[in-house]
Order: sequence, then structure tokens, then C-alpha cells
Amino acid sequence: MFGARIKRSEDPRLVTGNGRYLDDLGHDALEVAFVRSPHAHARILEIDVTDALDVDGLVAIYTYDDLDARMTEPLPLLIPHPTLTHGRTQHALAIAEVNYVGEAIVMVVARNRYIAEDAAHRIAVDYEILPAVVGIDVARTAEHLVHDDVPGNVAAFMVQETGDADAAIDMAPHSLQLDLAIERSASMPMEGKGVLARWDNDDQSLMVHTSTQTSTSVRQAIAAKLSLPVDRVEVVTPDVGGGFGVKIVHPWPEEVLVPWAAIRLGRQVKWTEDRREHFISSAHERGQLHQVRVGYDDDGRLLGLSVKFWHDNGAYTPYGLIVPIITSTQLLGPYKPGVYRVEFTSLYTNTVIVTPYRGAGRPQGCFVMERTLDAIAADLGLDRTVVRERNFIQPDEMPYDQGLIFQDGRPLVYDSGDFPASLAKLKKLVDWDGFEAYRAQAHADGRTVGIGMACYVEGTGVGPYEGGHIRVETDGSVVVSTGLTSQGQGHQTMLAQIVADELGVSFDRIKVTTGDTRRFKYAVGTFASRTAVMSGSAVAMTARKVREKALRIAAQALEASVDDLEIVDGHVQVKGAPSSQIDLGAVAVLSNPLRYAFDTAAQRATQFASPADPNQPPVSAGESPGLEATDFYSPMRSTFANGMHAVIVETDPLTADIKILRYCVVHDCGNIINPMIVEGQIHGGVAQGVGGALYERMEYDTNGQLLNASYMDFLMPYASEVPIVEIDHLETPSPLNPLGVKGAGEAGVIPGSAAIASAIEDAEGIAIHRMPISPSELFHLRLASRATGLSNQKDTE
Amino acid sequence: MEAEALVHVEFTVNGRPHELEIPARRLLSDTLRHDLRLTGTHVGCEHGVCGACTVLLDGDPVRSCLVFAVTMQGADITTVEGCCTPGGGMGPVQQAFQDCHALQCGFCTPGFITTITGYLEENADPTAEEAREAIAGNLCRCTGYQNIVAAVQRAAQLKQAQLKARDAT
Amino acid sequence: MKPSPFTYHRPGSIPEALEVLAELGDAGKVLAGGQSLVPLMSMRLAAPAHLVDINHLTELDTVEVTDTYVRVGAIARHSRVGRDQAAYDAIPLLRQGLLNVAHPTIRNRGTTVGSIVHADPAAEMPAVLVLLGGTVELRGVNGKRDVAAGDFFVGPMESATRPDELAVAVMFRRPPHGSGSAFVELARRHGDYAMCGVGAVVGTDAEDSITSARVALISVGAGPVLVDVTEAITGSGGAFDEPALIRLVDERIDPETDIHASSEYRRHLAHVLTRRALDMAREHALRRRRERGA
Repeated sequence: MFGARIKRSEDPRLVTGNGRYLDDLGHDALEVAFVRSPHAHARILEIDVTDALDVDGLVAIYTYDDLDARMTEPLPLLIPHPTLTHGRTQHALAIAEVNYVGEAIVMVVARNRYIAEDAAHRIAVDYEILPAVVGIDVARTAEHLVHDDVPGNVAAFMVQETGDADAAIDMAPHSLQLDLAIERSASMPMEGKGVLARWDNDDQSLMVHTSTQTSTSVRQAIAAKLSLPVDRVEVVTPDVGGGFGVKIVHPWPEEVLVPWAAIRLGRQVKWTEDRREHFISSAHERGQLHQVRVGYDDDGRLLGLSVKFWHDNGAYTPYGLIVPIITSTQLLGPYKPGVYRVEFTSLYTNTVIVTPYRGAGRPQGCFVMERTLDAIAADLGLDRTVVRERNFIQPDEMPYDQGLIFQDGRPLVYDSGDFPASLAKLKKLVDWDGFEAYRAQAHADGRTVGIGMACYVEGTGVGPYEGGHIRVETDGSVVVSTGLTSQGQGHQTMLAQIVADELGVSFDRIKVTTGDTRRFKYAVGTFASRTAVMSGSAVAMTARKVREKALRIAAQALEASVDDLEIVDGHVQVKGAPSSQIDLGAVAVLSNPLRYAFDTAAQRATQFASPADPNQPPVSAGESPGLEATDFYSPMRSTFANGMHAVIVETDPLTADIKILRYCVVHDCGNIINPMIVEGQIHGGVAQGVGGALYERMEYDTNGQLLNASYMDFLMPYASEVPIVEIDHLETPSPLNPLGVKGAGEAGVIPGSAAIASAIEDAEGIAIHRMPISPSELFHLRLASRATGLSNQKDTE
Repeated sequence: MEAEALVHVEFTVNGRPHELEIPARRLLSDTLRHDLRLTGTHVGCEHGVCGACTVLLDGDPVRSCLVFAVTMQGADITTVEGCCTPGGGMGPVQQAFQDCHALQCGFCTPGFITTITGYLEENADPTAEEAREAIAGNLCRCTGYQNIVAAVQRAAQLKQAQLKARDAT
Repeated sequence: MKPSPFTYHRPGSIPEALEVLAELGDAGKVLAGGQSLVPLMSMRLAAPAHLVDINHLTELDTVEVTDTYVRVGAIARHSRVGRDQAAYDAIPLLRQGLLNVAHPTIRNRGTTVGSIVHADPAAEMPAVLVLLGGTVELRGVNGKRDVAAGDFFVGPMESATRPDELAVAVMFRRPPHGSGSAFVELARRHGDYAMCGVGAVVGTDAEDSITSARVALISVGAGPVLVDVTEAITGSGGAFDEPALIRLVDERIDPETDIHASSEYRRHLAHVLTRRALDMAREHALRRRRERGA
């Protein structure tokens, strides 16, 4: 099953309309709507709810003043860091000041969402409007502050370096400088956030369903904020309609407010986010400004690289500095940078918070490195792929220590990868060497085409750990659980494939649950392309334990040696003599010595059914009843996947419309469990990469109003905008985990802007240093370039 | 303040007649999901752009989030649940989606399934280009569309095979 | 995003509908396809207290073709009008324009008359109407009022329809024999509102020379912008004096900058797409002539 394109077990349910997403649950629950700030920065003077009180169907209205105990404290700062000297988080409901359009101020509970919105609209809030800080330039100029006690709007200032990069650049034969920018986009899953909570007063326990990427951590956060014992709180992740990072943040204000209200009201309470709310009160990412200095030799080899960048973190920093730290470290890609220095300033703005979106800072880093290498190639008149080849870390240099600290707090050491081989495959796939002939033909036809490429490296499978639990039931079915969550990646299928192989059972007899704290309580979450590595490894290790126990018990029952046994299709049998066998269900029965047989099969395990050793207790020391096991995988370090993309674009000479003609991917995620699922992940990532390169940006005006808070004006690509993706694989197994796998979830999106910018620049002969780019913007770049007569601008020192 | 006035409306969903007393402003998407408990139809944007809420109205795909349920007097509506086989199993379009790995999170999927079901009635044998055009009004954030395009053609294939099998008996 | 409450009216006949509209005055809004109105209401950008549902007035679901016009009834869906073969043979520009309207799913519910009454400067069918010429037939309790296409679009999202009036049909005039037409637009994504769009109708003579040319542009003014470019025709065979063409267009359009396109870019597109639409319209005319064997 490992390596097989098995159809997903999730599908029959989902395609027939039997999915159970958050809003499909809790039909009888009360529903919630919020009054959210219409201003980017304001003091709340007064909240007048009078007009809302007589709305028929209204149940309750809550403001900050109604909150109690730990609910009055700010939401947690999830990932502290020593350089995050001025971290700030919001309160569940705003107290005194709001810092972005969308910040929640009043919670309304009513019979249904229609009525809740009616009431919310009748609540009048009086504001003193304060100056809004929008955009990196305004933030760093700091004429106005987002938070009064954060000087310069600086949340953090961080430097990592491996030596004196500036000196290395000064001494290099060549150097250049670039200013680069990427604008904000967002995860935008098709399903927004949602929370459903029920307080069981008889049991004194809380059950929460939430569309999250981390049920175990939300559980802890809810228990803490509501001052409940953790074991009285359960969090179950329903079917989730996509996450892409935005649902890893927790607890959202609503994730604590909805349970809090459910307890107070003694009723089930549900909140389902609508699309506008998602735009203005979830999270965005990608906005950064970079200044690069690079020194290189005559062959284009990097001697020194110094990057300064400014990261827009929005109004608060619940997720700490993960995104800019990833940018800082993953910017290096598959290359040896010479001496490297990276410095970033993380800035507050009066906009939506910034937390990871698929790629989580890597797309920005990749854009910077790849544009820099392209600039070097242009300066020296070298083929762009030759410059890459000359800077690659070679396979025999693995493991390669970049000398930095990665987002998991551990050294940035690449474990494996064959970058020259990946690039060779890519060049072949896209016919890189044949492109000039193609371009000449196109030119003769009056068409403008260009080719671009970009490489990246992705640290996947970050820790601290994940776990697996497997139990073989007495009917031979296998129940598997892991604590992290699923948002469409086919985890149930992928993990079942692993167990099927490790345990020797049929795929169809395996049932996998994820993200349910009732079933597995210790987990981290789904992010950073870690599930196959972390839960895959944990589940494999767990299955091996179960297998070992099964063989031990079966050996006794079959009076054979463990070494002579194998498990085939759920039967433990003697190798070469398969008629001597016992099925796993029966082994499960035997594993649990019983006094009472609850059914016929169970009789086998009762005290008089078979001879027992009177000198041993029924359950030996160190053993437990049941054919089950739990195990955890905790990695030394992240394991590094890599990939390379090549893009051919066509630009319309008149309208400046940009079309992608070919999109080629070479991808290395180590051993592949289900190639169909991995390719699907790449397709989806590429679509988001194309979106980020040509269509998607968050348009804030200077007052902090999000002008395009809808799908009409935030341009996620349809099928008509996404090219066919041609994929080739390389597999350099990971030496770090039992399965040799690396993560694949984010790969597709990382080099999108870099490769597409490279191709457009190649087509137009105009420097593309800012993404995304629209036809209108290309039109203006053409005008500017014709006016100044310059193209491929750079400063050579 | 008074409770909202209710309006009487009757329509058929997946072959079953329904009589409802609902507020005029109740969107068809909400009526299907919450009044009739047919939660297969999903709501992604409520402004008619994403297509997750698409159902068949008298056989033609429409956005149920852009329709007030009370205007559906006498209508014949099919949701994704109605695209199953009589036993509740996967119909040809649904089977094609599984065959082609055309869904990941599954949230947008019902809207695609109804759209494609309606489309194949008009064009039983689409080319790859026509298939892509047919689904170019529905958003998906997970799949990058490639496998959905393949599923359109696969569904056409399965439908043809079904028809042939039926004709043969 | 849920709409505010409203009172719902389902009149059983046109006279009943007109009575209700007269009573409601400003407080009433007609509900036909709803593809523009409903999202506005869900976002609470519009909150009419009364909606008058005309979707069941089946006598308004008509597409009528005569020697001189195609008449589209108020609740004929875009998709129905687009599919109608007789309408296409009479006025190909109808289908050419309709294929650019949003996506097929929207066209299954949205109405052509509704789109025209909505008067969005970015909408295609108002441009088709002014380009062809025709009238909008308005009815009220006090009688009938026909408004000429050129007088119907008053401003952005504003038509000449009074609150107590129902637009029961739009009459599109058939272009003369030998005409060709085209509609071309550039949008950010397939099915989006165009950054700029141009419909063109050219007249040709028996020698295939262009004798007349008109264009209507969308998304570059307060409504559809009609420009007669006949004077820019040079020689025979369909050449245009580019500077003259550009001047004529520039005189009429007033593009704005928004998040999708700058005004300069829109202006540039207006020039490029006008040229493209005219070329395509001419080819269309030639093709039609050949097909008819004339």
C-alpha cells in the first residue's frame, strides 16, 4: 500500500453530501453574530444596545464588561521568542481600543443567525477615531503608533548571521542591490471558521466542535480561559473545509466566547463565520519589503548575502515571529550563500493579524533569493540555471548546516536532497535548452513569451512530536487515531495505507480518526507539512508495536516461534504453512483475559477456556490488556524537502494580459506514501502560487479599510486561470524518520511568484521586483521602461 | 417587536415534495441546509461567486445563496444528495470525483457535482477544454482544478457506460 | 451575511404587480433574477422593505423575433435568450454579449431585462441595447411608457425606471442586412466584470466594404458609452484611421481607477479592444454574407 495510488476512503461520504462540517452540526443551537469594529484604529467610547433589546428572538448580548475571570485577560501569545520584545495579543472582546477593522466588540446570541445580525445592526457604538497605521512604510515611519506602548511600531527586531556578510560583499568582485516586495494575500479556505459548544450540566463537561488545525491545543486554551479542568473539556474537529494555515491560530476570540456563552446560557451555541468576517477578522500573510545586498564572483557564486526586511504583522502577534523567522532561514533555499546576514523588523499595522498561510514566509524568502540569482545571471550574462547549479549544496555535502536556528528552535541542517538531479529533471521536463528556438518561433508569429524558474527548500515535519494509537478490535477491525487534524489532505487514507502495510491488514478494515481529543490527547497540530512525517512515523511505530504483541500472543496460541510467523490480510499465520493461523480479532480476544464472555468469541479468553500458566499473573508485569499500543515520534530536526518549478508565460503585446502556457514541477518529498494525494497537494499549492503571483492581494486603503473583502474583488483563481501542472518526482528519502518521508503539503505554492516573475521578466525585458502583478501594472511598467529606456535595473557597486 | 411574518411555499427537493412556512428573506441555501436538513449544499461566500451552494433548479444549475426560498413555489430542486443512486450510493459524477481524486476537503465539491450533472445533460461528451470551461464558475482552494477537469470527462464516460448498460438490458 | 427582513409580495398577474408597485412607491423593489439584488441585500448594502416577485408571471417569459426587432420579456433568463436560435439568427450580438455575462450558472437565473434595468456601467447587455438601439417598455398603473435606449441609462446603477413602474420587456432593434457584430472584453478572471469591454456593429455593402461602424464601451463611463466611429473609416476594406478612432473614443469615455485597473490602462484597453471588436465585427459580417450565399 505504501506508494500506491489508493482511492480515498474519505470520498464516498463527502461526494454524496454526507460530510459533517461545523455548520452541519448543532441545528438546534443558538447562533452568534458579532459587532465588529468598522474603524482600523479607534477608542470605544460607548456601546448602546438599547435598540437591539426588543428584537424578537434575541437571547443575549455580551461585551467585555460581561467577561469574567481569565476571560478578561488577553488571548495567549502562542509562540514567544526572546526577540519578540513587544508582543501583543487582543482580548476576546475589545476593551477600550480596537486596532483593526473587524475586531470583535460585542457578541450577540439569538435564535438564528439572521436575527443575531438584525440585533447586531441595531447596536450603536460610539468611537473616537484614531489615526490608522497602514502599510510598511507608514508603520516604520512611525508618525503614529498602533499600540501606545510599542515604540516605532516595532514588535521585534531580529538578526541572524553566519559572519560579516557586509565585509564579504564589499570584498567581492561583483555586487548588486535589489529592493523587492510581496503583498498580502490569505489562506482563504472555502469554509470559514466555526465553533459549536455544548455544556453538559449533568456531567459538568464541555464539548466543543471547532474548524481548527489543532484540537489538542485549542482544548488547553479553552480550559485555561474558562478556568475548567482540562479533562472536563473535549474538542472534536469535524470535517474541515480547508485550512491552509489560517485555522492553526488559536484560540480565536470566538473559540473561547462561544463555549463561555454556552456555559452561561445552558444552551448549545454555534458561530459560523461568513465570508466578510473571514476577510476582516481571521488572518492574512505574505506582506514584506526586502532590501538585498549580494556579493558574487565571476562565475556567479555567492560570496556574501545581506538581507534586510520589514514584515507587516498586522495589529497583534499571537503567532509570534514564526513567519519572518521562516523567511529568514528558508530564503537560503538549496544554496550555499557564502556569508549570510538576515535582519528583520516586524511591524504593527492597524490591519488584520498576520499568521502562517501555506508556505508561511517561504514564498517571500524564495522570491528574494531567486530574483537575486536571476539578477546575478543577467549581470554576468549567464544562463539562470547555471547560476543555480554553481551555488547548489551538493548531495555529498549532506547533511548541510546553514548555521542558523530554524522555526522549530533547532539548527537549520538539511538532511538530504539532490538538487543538481532535481534541476536536471526540471530542465528536461520544460525543455529549458530548447526554449530559445521556441521563443524565436513565437516572435515570428507576433507573440511574446518568456521562461522562468525557481528553486526552494522546505523544512518539513517539525516537532515537538506526534503520536499514534492503534487498537485491533475483537472483530478484527483496526482503529487508528492520531491527535492532529485533517483539512482535506487525505490523512485517513494515507495513515491507513501505512497501517495496512505495517500490520498486514486489509485497508478496508482500518478506520482512522484525527483531531478528536476524546480519542487522542497529546498532539501538536497540522501545519508545516508535517503529518506524513510526524503522524505517519508515529503510526508506523505504533503499528510495529501492535504487530510485535500480536505475534507474541499468536505464537503462544499457535505453538510456533515468533520468527516463523507473518500477518497476511489480517491473519497471523505460519510462513509456508498458512493453514496454521489465527486471525487478528481472535488475537485481540486473547490479549484481554476476561472473567465474563460478552459474546461467543470472547469465551476464548475466559479463565477456564485455555490452560494458563499458574506461575504468571493473567496480565504480566509491564503488559496491558488489549491488542493495542501507543507510540510517539519526536524528530531531532526538520527534514528537508525540495522542489523546482519552471514556467512559460505569454504576455499580450497590446493588452499586457498575462497567460501561463506551461507550468512544470519537479518535486522531492522523499518516499511517497500515496502519489495521487501528493500530486493533488502540488496542484492545489500551484494554484495558490499562481493566485499569489497574478491575482490575489489585500487592498487596504490608507484608513485601514479593506476594499476588497469579498470574492468579487479578492481574485482567487478559477479553473480558467490555473494552468495544467506537469509533475516529475525525485525521491531522496529522509534519514530522519522510520518511513523516509518528507512533507509535501506546502511545496506547490512556495516558488510560484518567483518563477512567474522570472518568466515575465524574461518575456518583457523589464525588471519585476514586486508581486503580484496585474495586466494594468505590467502596462505601466512597460510605459515606464520605455520612458527611461532602461530595463533590468540594478545598482552595481 | 413582532416575530417575522412567515410565507407559505411548496416545492420539490430530490423528488420529495415539501411545504414550508418560512420568512421571506430566508435564502434557499439556508432552507435546504437547516429547514430540510440537507446539509450537502454548502455556503462559501453568500455573494454568488464561489459556487459551493449550486443546486439544480428544474435541471439548471443556480446559486442557492442568491435565491430566496419563497420564490421557489412549484420548483423542482436537485441537490448533491439527489445526484446519488437510489440506494444513496455514488452516482456517476460522484464516482468520477473519487476516481480522479477531484476533491480534497470536499467543501466546494457539492457545487461542482450539481454543476457538472447539469452540464452533462447539455453536453454529454465534452473535450478537456470544454470541461474546464464548464467548471470555470466554481471556486476550489484545494485541488487546483486539474483533477476536477479530469472528473468531468470521467463522469461523461461513466454516464455513457451506464446508458449503454441500461440499453442492453 | 443575511438580508434584513422584508415583506414579500407574489402578485398573480401583471395588473396586480402594477397595483402593488403603485402602492409601495419607493418602498418596493422588483425581484426578478436577483443575481445583483440578493447579494446586495445579503451584505445589507440594500434593504428594501418590500419585494415584488415577478418570477411567476409566465407571460413575461418570452423571446419574440420579428423582421425588425427581438423582444425579450422581463423574466426571460439570460441563458434562455442566449440559446434562442431565432434570436441569434436575427441579432447575433445578443448571444455574443450574453456569453460575457458572468458564468452560466448566474445566467440561468439572471434576466436580460433585469440586467438592463440594474444599469451597471460594467454590464454587457445595456451596451448591447444602446448599440443596437431599441426601447425599454415600462408599465405602471397609469399606463405604458416606452423609453428609447439612448435615454434609458441615467447614471451608474440608475435607469429611467420609476419606482412604481415595471419594465415588462426590452425591444432590441435588428441591425440592417449585411451587418456584422462582436463583443470583446478583458476581465481579470473569467466571468468577472470587465476592466473594459467593447461591443461593435459594422454595416457592409455588397463589396464587403464597411459603410458604418458603431461601438459601445463598458466600464469606462457612467453607463454604456456609445460612439459612432463611421467617420474614422478610411478607404474600403475596413481600415480605420487609428488616431481618428482613438480620438472619437477618447472624447466619450471617462474611465476611473480602481483596485483592478488604472484609468490610463482602461483607456488603453478601450483603444485596443475597440480596434479588435471592429475587426471581429467586420469578419463576422463577411462570414455571414458567405454563409447566406449572398
